[in-house]
Amino acid sequence: MKSRVETVKSPRQKGKMTKSKDTIWDLRLYIAGQSVKGVNALNHLKVICEDQLKGKYRIKVIDLKKEPRAAHIDQILAIPTLVRKSPLPEKCIIGDLSDTERVIAGLNLNDMSM
Amino acid sequence: MIRTELLAQRKILPKSPTSIQGLDEITGGGLPKGRPTLICGGAGCGKTLFAMEFIVNGATQYNEPGVFISFEETEKELSANVASLGFDLDDLVRRKKIWLEHIHIERSEIEHGGDYDLEGLFVRIHLAIETIGAKRVVLDTIESLFSELPNPLILRAELRRLFRWLKKKGVTTIITAERGDGALTRQGLEEYVSDCVILLDHRVNDQSSIRRMRIVKYRGSTHGTNEYPFLIDEDGFSVLPVTSLGLNYFSSHERITTGIPRLDTMLSGEGYFRGSTVLVSGTAGTGKTSIASQFVKTACSQGERVLFFTFEESPNQLVRNMVSIGINLEPYIKNGLLQFHATRPTLYGLETHLATSIKMINTFEPKIVIFDPINAFMTKDNQSEVKTMLLRLVDYLKMKRITAFFTSLTNAGESFETTDTYISSLIDTWLLLRDIEIGGERNRGLYVLKSRGMAHSNQIREFKLTSHGIELLDVYVGAHGVLTGSARLSQETKDDAEQLLRQQEIGRKQLEIQRKHEAMEAQIAVLRSEFAAEESEAVNAIGIENAREERFKRDKETMSRSRKSDVNVNTAAIQKYNKKRRKIS
Repeated sequence: MKSRVETVKSPRQKGKMTKSKDTIWDLRLYIAGQSVKGVNALNHLKVICEDQLKGKYRIKVIDLKKEPRAAHIDQILAIPTLVRKSPLPEKCIIGDLSDTERVIAGLNLNDMSM
Repeated sequence: MIRTELLAQRKILPKSPTSIQGLDEITGGGLPKGRPTLICGGAGCGKTLFAMEFIVNGATQYNEPGVFISFEETEKELSANVASLGFDLDDLVRRKKIWLEHIHIERSEIEHGGDYDLEGLFVRIHLAIETIGAKRVVLDTIESLFSELPNPLILRAELRRLFRWLKKKGVTTIITAERGDGALTRQGLEEYVSDCVILLDHRVNDQSSIRRMRIVKYRGSTHGTNEYPFLIDEDGFSVLPVTSLGLNYFSSHERITTGIPRLDTMLSGEGYFRGSTVLVSGTAGTGKTSIASQFVKTACSQGERVLFFTFEESPNQLVRNMVSIGINLEPYIKNGLLQFHATRPTLYGLETHLATSIKMINTFEPKIVIFDPINAFMTKDNQSEVKTMLLRLVDYLKMKRITAFFTSLTNAGESFETTDTYISSLIDTWLLLRDIEIGGERNRGLYVLKSRGMAHSNQIREFKLTSHGIELLDVYVGAHGVLTGSARLSQETKDDAEQLLRQQEIGRKQLEIQRKHEAMEAQIAVLRSEFAAEESEAVNAIGIENAREERFKRDKETMSRSRKSDVNVNTAAIQKYNKKRRKIS
C-alpha cells in the first residue's frame, strides 16, 4: 500500500531560504501489514500534516511485510516508524503518532507555526 | 562418555552441538536445540566470540546455516575481528552459510510518539532466516535496544514475544547480555530466556586474569555445575572441564628409569612407576632441575615424548646450564621428542595456566611432563588454590597415564617436609634434596621421603653434579655421624691409616708366632739328639754287660766241668741274673 499524497511545488524565493517555508517535507512511514498501529499512525500523520504542512509534504508508506529488505536498508526496528528524510537532518519518530504534541516537536514543526 | 550414551538412550532433549572444545562435554551435547540460550557476562568476557563460534561451527561442521544479528559491531568489524581466529566470514556469507546483520539505531534523535512494536526487527530476522534457511540465530547484545528505544515496558513485552517467536520457529538462538549489578543481566532477560543460561566470567586475582564459565541453568538436561576455566586463544574458545575426575584411574606396573642408576637402585632397583607423580623438593641450588633434566634426557634417548614446563628459566638457558653437567638436551629438541614451554607464573592466573598446560598436553601427547617448579605459582595465601589446581592436573595426567615430574623449591629455614605438605597427598614418589653443611662446606644429600608401592631405600646418598652427569655416592656413616664431601674424604683417609696400622700389627704378631714356633722346633731337635746319644750309650753298655755275662757263664761252666759238679746246681742263680739284665736293656 503505497500512497503518494499531494505534492505542492512552491516558487523559490530570493535571499534567505528557510527550510520550513520552501522545502518539500519528505516523510516515510514504515508499517508492517494492516496493523492497528500502522493504520492509526498514518491517520494521525495525515491529520498533522494537513494541519501544519498543507501542500508541502509527501508521505511514502512502506509496508515491510511486502518489502522486507527495506527494513534492512533503512535500519528499521520499531513499527510504526516515521522518518523525515528531508529537510535534513533526518528525524525519526517511533510509535503510532497518537501523541500529537510530541510528533510536532519531533518533526520540528513548531517553527512553522511561528 | 558413558554418561552421554546413557542419556541418549533415555531420549534426551535434542541438542545443538557447539563444537566448542569442552563445552559439549559439560552440557551433554550442546545447547538446547530450537530454544533460546542466554549467554551473560561482563565486558570483554568473550560473549560475542562464543556466539560467533557457535554460528561458524554450525555452518561449517553441521550444515546449519546461522544468522548473526549484531547490535554493536558492524559486519565489517565482525569479519575482521574473527579473521584472526581463522574464520573466513566473508566467504561463508558469500556462500549463504551465514547471514551477518548489523542493527544500528544510532539516530540523532528518536522521538517517542506513541505505541509501537518491534515488528521491524521481526521482519528482518525472518528475512534473514528464510534467505539462508538458518537453524541458528545469534542476537548479540539485544539489551542495547533499551538504551536506544523509548518505553522499556513495550520493549520488554516485545522481547518476550521475540524469544517466543524464535522458539516457535525452531531455531537455536543465543542471546548475549551484559552482566548487571546483582543480577545476571542488566535488564533481567534471564526471566524471559529460561531454557539455558550460561555465565561467562572474567576476573582478576593478584593481577592475573582468569576466565571462567558456569552453566547457571539448563532446563530439561543434566549438566556440569562447576565453574570451568576457559581460554580464548588463537584457536578460539575452549572450555576445560578439568575437575576432580575421581580416583578410578588405572595404575601401571611398568617402571621407568630415573636416569640415575643408583637412584633406580634406591627405588627398589627399577625407578619410578609409569604414570606416577614424582616430586623433587629441596632448597635453592640442590639440583632439582638437574635431576629432572637427567630424567628427561634418559627418557628422550629411549624415544619417549617429554613436555617440559619451565617457570623460572628460559629453555635456552636451561639447555645451556645442563650441558655443563654433561646433559645435552639439544638433540631431543631438534628431533621433536622434547618440547619446552616457558612462561612466567605471573603471566596469567592459575586456571589459565592449568588450561594452557592441559591444552598443550593434549596437543603434544607426551609420556612425561615436567613442571619446574610448581611452587612458582604460590603467593602468600593461595596454597589451597594451588593444591586444587595440582589436584586437577595430577588427576588429568593420571587418567592419561602420563608420568608427572614436579620440582618444588623449599624456602631455606623452613622445615623441608612441612612446606610441601599441602601437595604431599598427591605425590607418589617424593625425593628430598637437602644440603648438608659440615666442616665449612655444603654438600648435597638425597633421600627418598616416600615412594608408594615399592620397597625403597631409607639411606641418605651424597649427590654430586659432575661434568658427566649426576652421581650418587654413599655417605660416610660411622662413629662420628654422617659425613659428606671433604669431611667424608678425610674421615675415609683416617680410616685407611688406621686400617693400615691394624694390618701391620697383625703382621707383626704373626711373625712372632712364627718365630716362637721355630724356637720350639729347635728345642725339640736338641732334645731328640740328646736322647739319641743317651740311647746309643745305653745300648753300648748293655752290649758290654751281655758280653760280660756270656763270659761269666762260660767261665762258670768251665769251672763246674773241671770240678765235675752237678750241672743243674746253680741254674736258679743264673736265671735270677738273666732277669735283672733284661730289665736294664
